[in-house]
Amino acid sequence: MSSNNAAPPDPPARDPLRGDGRARAAVEVRDLEVERGGRVVLRLPAFAAPRGQVTAVIGPNGSGKSTLLAALQLLIKPRRGVLSLDGAPMWDDPLGTRRRTASVFQEALLLSMSVRRNVETALGLHKVPRAERRARAMRWLRRLGVDGLAERHARELSGGEAQRVSLARAFALEPALLLLDEPFSALDAPTRTALIDDFAAIVHETGVTTVLVTHDREEALRLADLVALLIGGTLRQSGPPETVFSAPADPEVAAFVGVENVWPGALRAQARGVATYAVAGGDVDVVIDGAAAPAALVCVRPEQITLDLPDHAGPPTSARNRLPGRVAAIEPAGALVRLRLALADEGVMVATLTRPSLEALELEVGSPLVASFKASAAHAIPHQGAFG
Amino acid sequence: MEFLWDGLREAVKLWLSGDPEIIEITLRTLGISIVATSLSLAVGVPIGAALALKSFPGRRPVVALVNTGMGMPPVVVGLVVALILWRSGPLGALELIYTPSAMVLAQFLIAVPLVVGFSMASIQQINPRLLDQIVSLGASRPQFLWLIVREARLGLLAALMAGFGAVISEVGAALMVGGNIAGETRVLTTATALETSRGNFEVAIALGVVLLVLAYVVNLIFTGVQQQRRPA
Repeated sequence: MSSNNAAPPDPPARDPLRGDGRARAAVEVRDLEVERGGRVVLRLPAFAAPRGQVTAVIGPNGSGKSTLLAALQLLIKPRRGVLSLDGAPMWDDPLGTRRRTASVFQEALLLSMSVRRNVETALGLHKVPRAERRARAMRWLRRLGVDGLAERHARELSGGEAQRVSLARAFALEPALLLLDEPFSALDAPTRTALIDDFAAIVHETGVTTVLVTHDREEALRLADLVALLIGGTLRQSGPPETVFSAPADPEVAAFVGVENVWPGALRAQARGVATYAVAGGDVDVVIDGAAAPAALVCVRPEQITLDLPDHAGPPTSARNRLPGRVAAIEPAGALVRLRLALADEGVMVATLTRPSLEALELEVGSPLVASFKASAAHAIPHQGAFG
Repeated sequence: MEFLWDGLREAVKLWLSGDPEIIEITLRTLGISIVATSLSLAVGVPIGAALALKSFPGRRPVVALVNTGMGMPPVVVGLVVALILWRSGPLGALELIYTPSAMVLAQFLIAVPLVVGFSMASIQQINPRLLDQIVSLGASRPQFLWLIVREARLGLLAALMAGFGAVISEVGAALMVGGNIAGETRVLTTATALETSRGNFEVAIALGVVLLVLAYVVNLIFTGVQQQRRPA
């Protein structure tokens, strides 16, 4: 299932040049080193964004994700390395490369002129014939639902409207590569959801190669075909979003993607793709890919765990892990409730559940319960050395 | 107080009669001011843009120099230009002293620091992320500069107004390098000063009011452009 079980800290990224039946990547990065303020803040031996797909670059603040985007936008000249677009080194023709890409930033950056002229001016920079500009601008403004604002001055727009205009301008340029730097993060929740839906539809329909920098997991899950996770200026994991978010390559990745349960475990047994690890709190079955490591960190996302009262729990099955425990703390977590459970042997588990479930189970601090999760919901990160 | 009213009455008569000397002085004033301001814009805006957009060693002392220049007494500029253009001075051979060209040069030097300072400030006020956006939209160097100037146009009009205002109202340097020669280098400010010293208050008032009205009308036009909510 997972192909990301390579040893930390640097799992080898998929080689974009290897003929593995896929189309050659649109964007390729090799041996990249970018300096800011005299310090190397990004070091990427290899990175690729496949053609026609959305690659989400995620990571905590200071991970280098915005630096990577700025390098792809040719806004920073790397200290070394090669960036290429469709096989051609980007820095061989910076202006030509910029005219084949389009960027949208966190804040909508419009010129002080009307909405329509903002798009037309961008088309003018790309030498689109004057006669075509207006129709093309209006077509894309309509596609983003802001054609009604065409004659308004850019200053008179709300944040959401302005960002729609920025996106319309970017799409109107019909770029080979779309570069987005957290374009939805400054918007309020309803505006944001609506815009992400529209954006997803357009990206799907145009099939434009996209690199999206975001710190938002939901956004990455919703939009990305591929996730590249950076921490501390290096690529820590890349793969389909479901894999990165449920099968983190190392503990730091686990912490960033919200895998709150990371338990050190010792291998007890393995058979037919399932390894059994002893963790504090009991034995846990984990679906594995290949041979099981003798020592591992067992990861489970809180939302993969279901909770039952001890006498209501169903019969044990081989596919389910069941760990008894007691409620140690109940914390609100947005629409959900986060429960900290005390397991046997000072084991700790974090699980989330809905408020109605919490009320139905009549849980309070000290209540006994049984936590269960599928073996396929658990993931083992091989771990060298002893724990302690 | 009486002589003030007499002065005003005489001034009105002078305008109504279309006094050729006043018209000639007014046109010369406008001509010299427009040429000096245009030159200061042509030189000052690019320097201001460079100081705003580029960082290079020695930028700070240059900016300090510009700021000093913005408050430099025009007489000092007049003195320096007079020394340079003096018949035995370094550029004396050009025989420019006491010509309108000398006045344009002095006024250009007075206006340049103002134009540099104002345009630097207005370009610096543009959101630096917008500069990145313009670059990543695929703007070439000239396209980039054009869009920057367009974005900073309100501030650049302020630079124009400051430059023109300084030049048209300046008297010390104009007198020193122009010499206030009737029919050649006499402008509204120097003529007003001369007539006042002679006790010809009605002429001085007439000239002074023309100067005021001129400055007001020119600024009214610029302000009209500046305050347009949606420039074409």
